[in-house]
Amino acid sequence: MIRAPLVKALGALGSPTHQIASRAVRTSAVLAQTPAKAPEKIEVFVDDIPVMVLPGTTVLQAAAEVGVEIPRFCYHERLAVAGNCRMCLVEVEKSPKPVAACAMPVMKGWRIKTNSDLTRKAREGVMEFLLMNHPLDCPICDQGGECDLQDQAMAFGSDRSRFTDINYTGKRAVEDKDIGPLVKTVMTRCIHCTRCVRFASEIAGVDDLGTTGRGNDMQIGTYVEKLFLTELSGNVIDLCPVGALTNKPYSFVARPWEIRKVESIDVLDAVGSNIIVSTRTNEVLRILPRENEDVNEEWLADKSRFACDGLKRQRLVAPMVRMPNGELQAVEWEGALIAVAKALKNAKGQIAGIAGQLADVEAMVALKDLVNRLDGNQLVTEQDFIKGSGIDVRSSYLLNSTIAGLEQADAVLLVGTNPRYEAPLVNTRLRKAYVHNELQIASIGPKIDLSYQHDNLGADPNLVKDICNGSHAFSKVLEGAKKPAIIIGVDVLERPDGAAIHATIAEYCQKLKKPDWNPFNVLHNSASQVGAFDVGYQPGVQAVLQSQPKVLFLLNADAGKVSRDQLPKDCFVVYIGSHGDNGASIADAVLPGAAYTEKQAIYVNTEGRPQQTLPGVSPPGMAREDWKILRALSEVVGKPLTYDNLDGLRARLESVAPHLTRLGELQPASGSDSVAKPSISISSSPIDVKQKELRDYFMTDAISRASPTMAKCISAVNKQQRLDEAQQCAAI
Amino acid sequence: MFANLLRLYQLPRLVLQALPSRALCASEPRFKLDACNIYEKLKFEFDEENKKQAEFLMCSYPEAERRAALLPLLDLAQRQHGWLPITAIQTVAEMLKLEPFIVWEVANFYTMFNLRPTGKLSLKICLTTPCRLRGCEEIMLTCENMLKLKDDETSDDMQFSLNASSGMGACVNEPVIAVNDDLYEDLDVLETEKLLSELKLGKMPPASQCRDRFASEPRSGLTSLLMEPTPAGYGMQELYSKLKPC
Repeated sequence: MIRAPLVKALGALGSPTHQIASRAVRTSAVLAQTPAKAPEKIEVFVDDIPVMVLPGTTVLQAAAEVGVEIPRFCYHERLAVAGNCRMCLVEVEKSPKPVAACAMPVMKGWRIKTNSDLTRKAREGVMEFLLMNHPLDCPICDQGGECDLQDQAMAFGSDRSRFTDINYTGKRAVEDKDIGPLVKTVMTRCIHCTRCVRFASEIAGVDDLGTTGRGNDMQIGTYVEKLFLTELSGNVIDLCPVGALTNKPYSFVARPWEIRKVESIDVLDAVGSNIIVSTRTNEVLRILPRENEDVNEEWLADKSRFACDGLKRQRLVAPMVRMPNGELQAVEWEGALIAVAKALKNAKGQIAGIAGQLADVEAMVALKDLVNRLDGNQLVTEQDFIKGSGIDVRSSYLLNSTIAGLEQADAVLLVGTNPRYEAPLVNTRLRKAYVHNELQIASIGPKIDLSYQHDNLGADPNLVKDICNGSHAFSKVLEGAKKPAIIIGVDVLERPDGAAIHATIAEYCQKLKKPDWNPFNVLHNSASQVGAFDVGYQPGVQAVLQSQPKVLFLLNADAGKVSRDQLPKDCFVVYIGSHGDNGASIADAVLPGAAYTEKQAIYVNTEGRPQQTLPGVSPPGMAREDWKILRALSEVVGKPLTYDNLDGLRARLESVAPHLTRLGELQPASGSDSVAKPSISISSSPIDVKQKELRDYFMTDAISRASPTMAKCISAVNKQQRLDEAQQCAAI
Repeated sequence: MFANLLRLYQLPRLVLQALPSRALCASEPRFKLDACNIYEKLKFEFDEENKKQAEFLMCSYPEAERRAALLPLLDLAQRQHGWLPITAIQTVAEMLKLEPFIVWEVANFYTMFNLRPTGKLSLKICLTTPCRLRGCEEIMLTCENMLKLKDDETSDDMQFSLNASSGMGACVNEPVIAVNDDLYEDLDVLETEKLLSELKLGKMPPASQCRDRFASEPRSGLTSLLMEPTPAGYGMQELYSKLKPC
């Protein structure tokens, strides 16, 4: 487990290699460490263009500052510098030999020549060596068309090779490794850049990948035949500059020039990762991360990346109505809407709505407007949260420190949450702070593996009280920290005493508060939750069940929190959503909606950042966008909603919650100073989290439950565990 | 504690994969392995003395940089056991709180760590350019003939293993053979035969005995540095000799 050693303590005195290593990794945590007095800048010349840079800047970064891109394979700005591919060799005047630009810090007055004869010859030579052992199988390689090696061989390589197979023993051939159901390996294509190895140990925090052998016999692999199973494994596919690690479910599916790319937002967790949806012929083929420094950097969690094949399974393609014999039967839209409208008219205002974790803000506003117009007012989210005044103040349900801000934190307390699986990309920020910023982490809850070292204080909820009244040892750490943060998981807030825990921590956070830093954080795991609270939904389904509604709308509510026996016999359940899952199975009328890749819709992430998805494909069959279904229904009921198009709906949304239409921007939530004292006290039942192990991570919503790839992941994890257990028994 | 033991049994396959391709080219196995040897079932443990030594080595590095003790610990383990079984790698990994793979990577990289059993005496013959100029190929042939071994092989009785090597750092006294930690210099065929027959008898002749000369001085006598070496403080200012420590 790596941890950048004593970077902070050494500060400006740190060894030059440390400085390079930490500066080359793009992190605001490092920026926070730079001493107040900035060191003097030095002047260097890149292709005769003068540029002022900080000492310790590498040649490659100096060149990037004047807009000159130096070819590279092993260098990656978010990973430590390795300097082993040699593709970035450039000529420096008066230097006897070309220097590796990614690893060499500039000196005053250096004249770097990125396009001289020597530089070009060096690149050509390196490329020739790389291609000597690289198979010429581009036509059958999945990376073809988006391959760094292919592109750079075109740009910088020679037009012919001196490699003659006949007079030599042939190209290096390496056995492929089985590292799991997500990443396909063709190890012969590997050029040993070690990006995957560095990603695994630095970002993902698992030292599973490594190199064995040396020289021509070097191989990337695992220690023993072991699957590379982490929640971030898909990122090595993006990192791999060649076709050695490719997307297994996507293998042999499409070429990059055939696909349409749509910039969208991921909704399978509450991080709101920015994604690119690759589509062809109205089919989502794969999902790639899109760079957003504030949210997901350039990573993407495995569920978000690979669950996209769930968008093609279990889909609701036609409206359905439950027949007297108890079977759902496909009908035309007209029939379905009339059936629902009849039920609504008979309900006389006893109408309720439950928004599930994939519900978008537009649909939730439309549902709320419709229910209100029909004199109903029970609108809740399926994911529970604290009751009472807990959601009156926006900052009491947000991740106030912000996702990017967490990497500056220096003391973090996790209460009943497992960020590794609930929000993998928040966990990478915590890990980054742990590695680069000497972050101290403690957790209250079950013992879990977070991919970095942390103190597990125990699962007793009374520890929260101890910490918050300052009697616990960790209180000192929090109080002494410059940027402390307490992150509460939603599993804790579901408990009967959740409100008490919430209030205790909120009160303590008032004390820990800094002028530009709010230490109070709630980590949600459903993408709809913050948006739902913002537009006025109440948490938890209990209120709805108690009110005994005549008509119940389930808007993407698939978590199975509501069952048929909890509802009155004559309750008419309407399910609006994309997948035939728990919600549709108990519904009397099923109205097929659009999934997140099929609609333009706003989702608000756990830090309160509204972002919108864009349609990459059209909804299958007769399915329609959710808000349009509600709009049509309102017309049939005779209480038409005031908006006819998305702009109208957005205008309505602006009047409800103006901050939600400022897409991508984070509205700082003002916190109230007074904290309401809850009437309940903290009980002593131990704090638990739902997602403890990797297997719990893969299937958490209707889309990932329908995904065959996610099912394969779970069986792979189970297989690995069975293997481990068998060997453990045998060893004993 | 030692849960992954059985998984480690797969390792020899990995070792084979990682071995140089020339080893894979050969059809016959290069040396015989006792199955019990490679499937080390017992946990490797440092003996009492080495444990103390290991503690000392680890303590010489700051807490956060414990992994710096990795190379010395692996060396210690190899000296105790003769070679580095996978269980030793596991033990060292546990001591340094590292993933076993990290330790394996290191052990696998450095050629002086033997991941397979070697003979009691490991003979390394330097085959670099200066040695070749002084006839090391003949020395190699002599060794091969006398020990009935080829390059990279170990004798059946696990007494000798023979390796071609390079860069011994003794170019002025070439040709050289390294026997474990000792260097035998200024060899010729006759000397080599003498050395090998003594080694076969179980004797260890004194190392670094250079023939007809002192250390690496020229055989024909000194051509430079002929005068008596000057004493310490020679040529320094008067002042120095006057200043006496009080």
